[in-house]
Amino acid sequence: MIGIIDYQAGNLTSVERALRYLGESCRVSDDPKVLAQASRIIFPGVGAAGEAMANLRQTHLDRWIHEWLDKGKPMLGICLGTQVIFDYSEENDTQCLGIIPGTVKRFPMDLQEDCMPLKIPHMGWNHVAFQNDHPVFRGISDEAQFYFVHSYYPAPLDDRLVIGWTDYGQLFCSALARGNLVAVQFHPEKSGRPGLQILSNFCRWGGKDAK
Amino acid sequence: MLSKRIIPCLDVRDGKLTKGIKFKGNIDIGDPVEAAREYYQQGADEIVFYDITASSDERDIMIDVVKRVAETIFIPFSVGGGIRTVEDMRRVILAGAEKISINSEAVKNPPLISEGAKAFGSQCIVLGMDVKKVEASAKIPSGYEMVIYGGRVFTGVDAPWWAKEAENLGAGEICLNSIDADGTQDGYEIKLTHLISTNVNIPVIASGGAGKPEHLKDVLTSGKADAALIASMVHYRCYTISEIKNYLQGSGVKTRMIW
Repeated sequence: MIGIIDYQAGNLTSVERALRYLGESCRVSDDPKVLAQASRIIFPGVGAAGEAMANLRQTHLDRWIHEWLDKGKPMLGICLGTQVIFDYSEENDTQCLGIIPGTVKRFPMDLQEDCMPLKIPHMGWNHVAFQNDHPVFRGISDEAQFYFVHSYYPAPLDDRLVIGWTDYGQLFCSALARGNLVAVQFHPEKSGRPGLQILSNFCRWGGKDAK
Repeated sequence: MLSKRIIPCLDVRDGKLTKGIKFKGNIDIGDPVEAAREYYQQGADEIVFYDITASSDERDIMIDVVKRVAETIFIPFSVGGGIRTVEDMRRVILAGAEKISINSEAVKNPPLISEGAKAFGSQCIVLGMDVKKVEASAKIPSGYEMVIYGGRVFTGVDAPWWAKEAENLGAGEICLNSIDADGTQDGYEIKLTHLISTNVNIPVIASGGAGKPEHLKDVLTSGKADAALIASMVHYRCYTISEIKNYLQGSGVKTRMIW
């Protein structure tokens, strides 16, 4: 069973629907006892960092996520779920979970491409240049694109954790991996077949980095 | 670099498509879920549903359509038509839509935009704008006026001003429909699209007038649109979405080529 962490952030149902489509059993819950029965955890979310962290603290899921990762069990972060695993987010000036060293930054207002101002949020389909052959991203074409919608982006201190880069006026980290943790800024559950492939790979991943 | 999005628009009444859609499976006046699946498989980047159901009792049918679509396609989709309150929005979002489109109701009740953005985030709130060309005046300096109720009622609101105002209120995206171009298949209103798109810092979807792939190229380059809405040209099987994308990619417009 795949556990989906419910912390009152939107978009939980779309992850659940994608998993059911793939034939995976899953449960959406904010109860650590229920989530503890899962083989893998997905940490999704759309919303703002401040409120997300407040909800995680209130349900004590903040500590539980640390414990889960310490046990070496697989976790996939998506969008806001990826951002709150960092030390700090500029969104609502929020102290986050501190699992990955680094910060979450806002795209600068003067972002440009070919001398044209770029719009914020970064909304729509974009490429991800994957850096190595991680099992969760196996079988994904270099030509594949993924659906993004965000105004803030993750910036890990250690570039070696970055497994995918995306270009939006500047390069930013759109996928990262460390041990039993994989995290993406895009929405695999809304990215057509390549996105479903990533979810399917994750559901089969034992949590070992294959480098 | 972001791809330009190609978005088919499906009109739904009482749970059924209102325009004939001539797919291989012959889904004339058919099932919106099947049509969505077909466009998803052809490479649509997003899908827009417009519910033109007259009575509010029948909205439950649309909620059921939204649920079935959400189980079938794994790209974003939005739903518009008849959404008047945050509670209406919540039902559609819980049923599985990513985005809500509000149009006439937003002009009549602008706080609906900020209430929706606060409840679900700006990325959920699409402002639909129906615009008609008029004589430029002190009230309508741009010569483009907001019209509501399917183009029947003039509002005295200047379109570029309203676009900016809606952005400030928290709209995450604009779907800009030219009433003059709508249904002509003679091309999008490039001047209007350029005017609105360069006046706001949120994405603009151009709508109305698409008949040939060249029209999409024009509005996505000269018109500075971020996405293009299409209807008849794919509904009547003049083109598939992948044919349109091949043309655009060959013309130097970046699109999503693998799905």
